Amino acid sequence: MMTTDHAPAKPPFWNNPQVRAVAFQAIALIATVSFGLYLFANTQANLQRLGIASGFDFLSSPAGFDIIQSLIPYSATASYGQVFWVALLNTLLVAALGVILATLLGFVIGVARLSKNWLIARLALIYVETFRNIPLLLQIFFWYFAVLRAMPAPRLSYSLGDVVFLNIRGLYLPAPQVEPGFGWAIAAFGIAVFLTLVLVRWARRRQAATGRQFPVVSAALALLLCLPLLTFWLAGSPLHWQLPELQGFNFRGGWVLIPEMASLLLALTIYTAAFIAEIVRAGIQAVSHGQTEASFSLGMNPGKTLRLIILPQALRVIIPPLTNQYLNLTKNSSLAAAIGYPDLVSSFAGTVLNQTGQAIECIAITMAVYLAISLLISLLMNLYNRRAALVER
Amino acid sequence: MAEPHIPHPDLPPPVSSVGPIGWLRRNLLSSPLNIVLTLLALYLLYVAIPPLLSWAVLNATWSGDSRDACQASHGACWVFIRVHFDQFMYGFYPEGQRWRVDLSALLLIFSAAPLFIRAVPSLVKLRLSLSILVFYPLIAFILLSGGRFGLAVVETSHWGGLLLTLVIAGVGMTAALPLGVLLALGRRSQLPAIQTLCVTFIEFWRGVPLITVLFMSSVMLPLFLPTGMNFDKLLRALIGVSLFQAAYMAEVVRGGLQAIPKGQFEAAAALGLGFWKMMGLIVLPQALKLVIPGIVNTFIALFKDTSLVLIIGLFDLLNTVHNAATNPAWLGFSTEGYVFAAAVYWLFCFGMSRYSQSLEKRLHTGHKR
Repeated sequence: MMTTDHAPAKPPFWNNPQVRAVAFQAIALIATVSFGLYLFANTQANLQRLGIASGFDFLSSPAGFDIIQSLIPYSATASYGQVFWVALLNTLLVAALGVILATLLGFVIGVARLSKNWLIARLALIYVETFRNIPLLLQIFFWYFAVLRAMPAPRLSYSLGDVVFLNIRGLYLPAPQVEPGFGWAIAAFGIAVFLTLVLVRWARRRQAATGRQFPVVSAALALLLCLPLLTFWLAGSPLHWQLPELQGFNFRGGWVLIPEMASLLLALTIYTAAFIAEIVRAGIQAVSHGQTEASFSLGMNPGKTLRLIILPQALRVIIPPLTNQYLNLTKNSSLAAAIGYPDLVSSFAGTVLNQTGQAIECIAITMAVYLAISLLISLLMNLYNRRAALVER
Repeated sequence: MAEPHIPHPDLPPPVSSVGPIGWLRRNLLSSPLNIVLTLLALYLLYVAIPPLLSWAVLNATWSGDSRDACQASHGACWVFIRVHFDQFMYGFYPEGQRWRVDLSALLLIFSAAPLFIRAVPSLVKLRLSLSILVFYPLIAFILLSGGRFGLAVVETSHWGGLLLTLVIAGVGMTAALPLGVLLALGRRSQLPAIQTLCVTFIEFWRGVPLITVLFMSSVMLPLFLPTGMNFDKLLRALIGVSLFQAAYMAEVVRGGLQAIPKGQFEAAAALGLGFWKMMGLIVLPQALKLVIPGIVNTFIALFKDTSLVLIIGLFDLLNTVHNAATNPAWLGFSTEGYVFAAAVYWLFCFGMSRYSQSLEKRLHTGHKR
């Protein structure tokens, strides 16, 4: 009798998937940790050799330099910690304005790209293909060095009705001066917002119960405009405009938009809008034509079809990449460093780093801020996305 | 008596819907709003085109070799570009050695040309592109930096202009793609430690702006290295750009990996293929083909991002132009310089995007309306 052993030979232990999994992960972890330790040891040695004390104590020592734009009170005697806040606010300001403007422009161009008018569609296409294929930094340089720095001196400013002035120092706008009593108008606006919310809820409930519609949009607009304006007028118009005036070699008074901020904002808006336009176009095209036809066959007019059928579905496709563009814009605002707009990278990772020599701390704080902004925005958008996502059976 | 039949008068002919008139009617004048839009667009063109044309072409100065040639006209001074053209292309590369740059460019163009001819079989293309990937960087490095075969050494600090831009873009692309594929595989891995490492790496690099990465590579990298060891400035920028773009590439490739049905993985495993064979022979070829547009978009972003190296003082195309435009001898011609640089960048980026579109169309085997 022959006995054959049909049981397969036991594979050697290095071919066992579980053993391999543990081994690979152990190798990867050990390699990463030892690489990190190696860098840490090198850094320690280098810092000791250069005599740099690590730590965040430098944040409380006086900065001793001026910043050309600051949203909070700041002087050269303030600390490095305050420089950080000023710089962060400047970054957030330009990012927020850029997001708003780029969204508006991007939606207009994106819709124009789909226009039935051949000329408009072509112009939008040329816009998109031109501006998204030129580096952002080059566009910033163009606006700053070739356009805004070529503006005339204050005495020869371009002016718009002696109210708005444009010269090499920036764009001068009239500034609103609030007088006592303006609070009433603000309070009236708050009440109007509250009433609008109540109205919307009521109208929605009535429509659900009886099917009758209420002209919510026009009523809300009337409420939001008339109530504050009426209060403003009754309180005796407690607001006047302070006009910029030429005194000596420069303008005084009014609001000034410095050229650094203007060119950064212009370039960021124009560049990002090209990308947003493509996202909007793709989103609208993603809604199948059957939806439009079905809506028409139900008797809806084109305006309602767009508002109630197409846009809600298109937004679902548009929002995730749009968020990405917002993030990109925020990160791209760091290019401010190239033209000296006092943002986080230019003031904090630039000037403060050079003055104190605390390279690791400054870069780490800067990176942490951008990481936090990125994670925060993606978190918010994920929440929205979860609400807007298609609920399938 | 029946009344004689009197025919109705002829109806007017229908509004033409064919030919140029019909086209105009349909595309430009179909509704009152459309007419207004058309007029608006025409006005916009009227405002923009004639001054632009007269500045850039009609009133421009083309010949001459100093700025005095441009004093008379109000148009563009293309003499500025003419005089600085070599500098914009090669930077401070020694004049006698510039044939080496030309030679490496020609070498690339001629060796890569068969890849763009459709008649060449795909296996040949694959082998050719792999050998270019392996050998060309070596040859180009020796040619450009010298020090061997009797070639004079040219420090990387002398590289500049379009040459430097292309070097950074080329190295970034060839490094970012394989790194990105590895990271994407790691992110999809079932091993928790490897997955965590890859996710952390990707999210970190994607969360910070490139400019801070370059800052880090120029001020922090020297601190990380052992005393006495120092990296070339260009190499530091290259490392920063490559790692940064690899993270973006990883996300693009992950999209492709996620689109491959599970059956493909299972079929490969059932055939007895190990992990690397399964990925290399079955999954990646399909996944990469799916995400070609995404990969090219990342390449375009990388190409535009190379301009950021001016922050750390490298003289790429943009910085060379910027430098020439702020030179006191040539002040006032920055517009011409930036327009020229923009045209060069635009040509490369637009070309890449067009190529990817045609590739996408050719490789698209599914049903498309």
